[in-house]
This record gives sequence, structure tokens and C-alpha cells, in this order.
Amino acid sequence: MKLLIAIILTACFVNNYVLQQFLGICPFLGVSKKVDQATGMSLAVIFVMLVATAVTWPLQMMLLNPNGLGYLQTIVFILVIASLVQLIEIFLKKYIPALHASLGVYLPLITTNCAVLGVCISNIDSEFTFVQALFNAFGSGLGFLIAMLLFAGVRQQMEDCDPPECFKGLPVTLIAASIVSLSFFGFSGVIESIFG
Amino acid sequence: MKESKLTILTRGLIKENPVLVLVLGTCPVLATSTSVPNGFGMGIAATVVLICSNIVISALKKVIPDTVRIPCYIVVIASFVTVVQMLVKAYVPALNESLGIFLPLIVVNCIILGRAEMFANKNSIIDSAFDGIGMGLGFTIALVLMATIREVVGAGTWCGFEIPVFSTHTVSVLTMAPGGFFVFGLLIAILVKCTNGRAPKRKSFDCEGCPSAAACGKLGSTQESDSKKEEEEGVQ
Repeated sequence: MKLLIAIILTACFVNNYVLQQFLGICPFLGVSKKVDQATGMSLAVIFVMLVATAVTWPLQMMLLNPNGLGYLQTIVFILVIASLVQLIEIFLKKYIPALHASLGVYLPLITTNCAVLGVCISNIDSEFTFVQALFNAFGSGLGFLIAMLLFAGVRQQMEDCDPPECFKGLPVTLIAASIVSLSFFGFSGVIESIFG
Repeated sequence: MKESKLTILTRGLIKENPVLVLVLGTCPVLATSTSVPNGFGMGIAATVVLICSNIVISALKKVIPDTVRIPCYIVVIASFVTVVQMLVKAYVPALNESLGIFLPLIVVNCIILGRAEMFANKNSIIDSAFDGIGMGLGFTIALVLMATIREVVGAGTWCGFEIPVFSTHTVSVLTMAPGGFFVFGLLIAILVKCTNGRAPKRKSFDCEGCPSAAACGKLGSTQESDSKKEEEEGVQ
């Protein structure tokens, strides 16, 4: 139990996918302009990360590894994730239209999001058990949500500022991201000191 | 739209540099530019994948049915990524170690899928190969440039060689995560300043074909249209 909490906190804060590991930067910069969009996107990411982990982990451990096909990981994972996202979208559209209305638009965007593929591969690389892998996926998704929400807040404040002409738009956004990322350094070492 | 081979080759280097001008494939750029060897290795790996996938997709453009082209492209790209991954593991294990997860993640690099969709499936094999070389080198140049700044100022070395003044006054935060965002923002700002903001916008690159365009495409082009809309609303 202690280990699972440590995994969530590590994935969420210390190794934050966006701000410390640079995965999923495109949606982070693209969809973080408004808080509601940022929330919708992040919830969809959490959802897909969990489902993708639940499918890819057994695939790797029970199908690929025993048959000596570990090198097919990249091809299998990306295809499975892509078709999975399509299936989820069709399923939600038919049976849970309310959820589809709020998350549906973001689902196709996630297919080629490197954070989702990243979490699946790093679950295998870190040799997590199935439960640990699910917790890691949830923590990573949660970290994505936190980073998106924090940054959406920062960006709304930034609307009022007046940067030099050449910094307008993307450059000043990146520099703000750099400062937000700096603040996440405060978490390094925290997990070790709590959980030993 | 007949273009000379030279135009195709050089377009990716500066004018339509995939990283600094079009701001594509940001994740690997920020993550692997901590040192020059890393950045260079990542750039070359992605270039090899880009050239090979461009050639194969261009050769198969008449065979692949239009409706399932994106999954087909992904399979082609993923196969080459796997090949490159195995080669790197076998011959440059140190690079495999330092690039880690970003080596398999070349498969979701939007530069590669974008070029397949926007260039390779419309042009001849040779043109696609040149386009792959140009765009790949542009990606590598941008990576090496960023890695140079980050390594020299952040660690005081260049490719492992010590640089006199810098090695005694290191700003080590630049080699860490925040430094990546900072240097990237600074480089883009300098580029905008140098070109007086005339750098081509994403629209001219035709990102629409890329499946993740809606997610990343909001970066450049719609930001302007958003602010324009807000202005119009303000006027009304």
C-alpha cells in the first residue's frame, strides 16, 4: 500500500510527465488556454492512460514476452492504443452520450499523444506489476491534470501582461512553462524522505 | 508544383525548420537536448526513420487505400523505429541508455507522420527522400543548436570537452527540465526578431492532415485567430 502511494506521488509530482519529463507537450501548450478545455483534455488523458495500460501490460507480459516477441513492443502498442481510442469513442457515443459530449472531442487527439505511449512503455521498463502499473498510469494522468490546470491559470494571468513584440505568443508561453516547471523541483527528494 | 530538388532539400533546413519555425515534435527536442551527443543522436535516429518512412510511403502511395492510410503510415513508421531502436541498442548502447523512452517515442513524432501525410503521399520517391533528408537535417540542426546552448552554459562542456570560462561558472538549471523550456522559448523569440515575425505560419505547412493537428495546431495559427475574434467581439 505504501509503495502504491509512493508510485502515485512520484508519477504525479516528482516525475511529472509534462513538466519534468517533457511528454505530452503539444496538448500542454495547445489546449491549456482555457480551464474547462484543459480539464476535459486531462480527464480524457487519465482515462485513456488507464485503459491503455490495462490492455498493453497483459499483452506484453502474456503474449509478447513468452513468445520472444518483445521487440514488437512499439508497433503493437501504438496500434493497440490507436484502435482502442477509436473503440472507446464509438462506445461512448452510443452508450454514454453525456460523457462523449464532454470528453469525446479530445479522444482522437490522444491517439498520437506521446504521454500515453510513454506511460505504457515505462510501465514495462520499470518492471511494475499489473496493479502498480495501473497506479502509475493513474498518477501520471493526475500529474498531467495538475500541470494543465496550473498552467491554464498562469496563462490567464499572462493575457494581461505586455511582453516585447518578439516574445508574443509561443516564446513567452514557453518561458512561463519553464518557471512552472522550476516550481516542481521543490518536490524532488520529498518522496524519499516520506517513504524512506 | 514542380520544385527543384535543391529547394526541397534546403526548405527544411531554415525556412521551414520543423522545430524552430513550425514548432513540431517539441517533446523530443526539449527532452534530449541536454547534451550535444544526445541531441545529435536523437536527430540522426529521427532522420533515418523519416527518410526511410518517406521513401516507403511514397512507393506505396498507390497501394494504400485512402481511408486507412493513417494506420498504414503508423505501421510503416513503427517498423522503422523498431529497426533503428535495435540498431542503436546493438551499436551505441550508451545512446540507448541516455535517450531511453524517447527512442521508441519517435513513432509519435508529428514531424514524421506530418511529412508522410503532407509530402510523401503526393510526391515521387526521390523527392520524398530529399524532403526526408532536408526535414531530418533541420530537426538535427535545431536539436544540436539547443543542445549546444544548454550544454555549454549549463555544464561548461561541449561534447564532453571543457570550455574555459563556462566550466567554472555553470548554470546547471539549464541542463534540467526548466532550462529546456527557457532556451526553446528564447530561441524562437530570437528567430521571430531576426525575421521580423515573417516566419511562415503553420497554416502554410498544411498541418490539417495530421491526426494530432487539432491538438497541437492550436499553438500558432488559432492563437492569432482567437485574439482577432476577441478583438472583434470587443468592437461589437
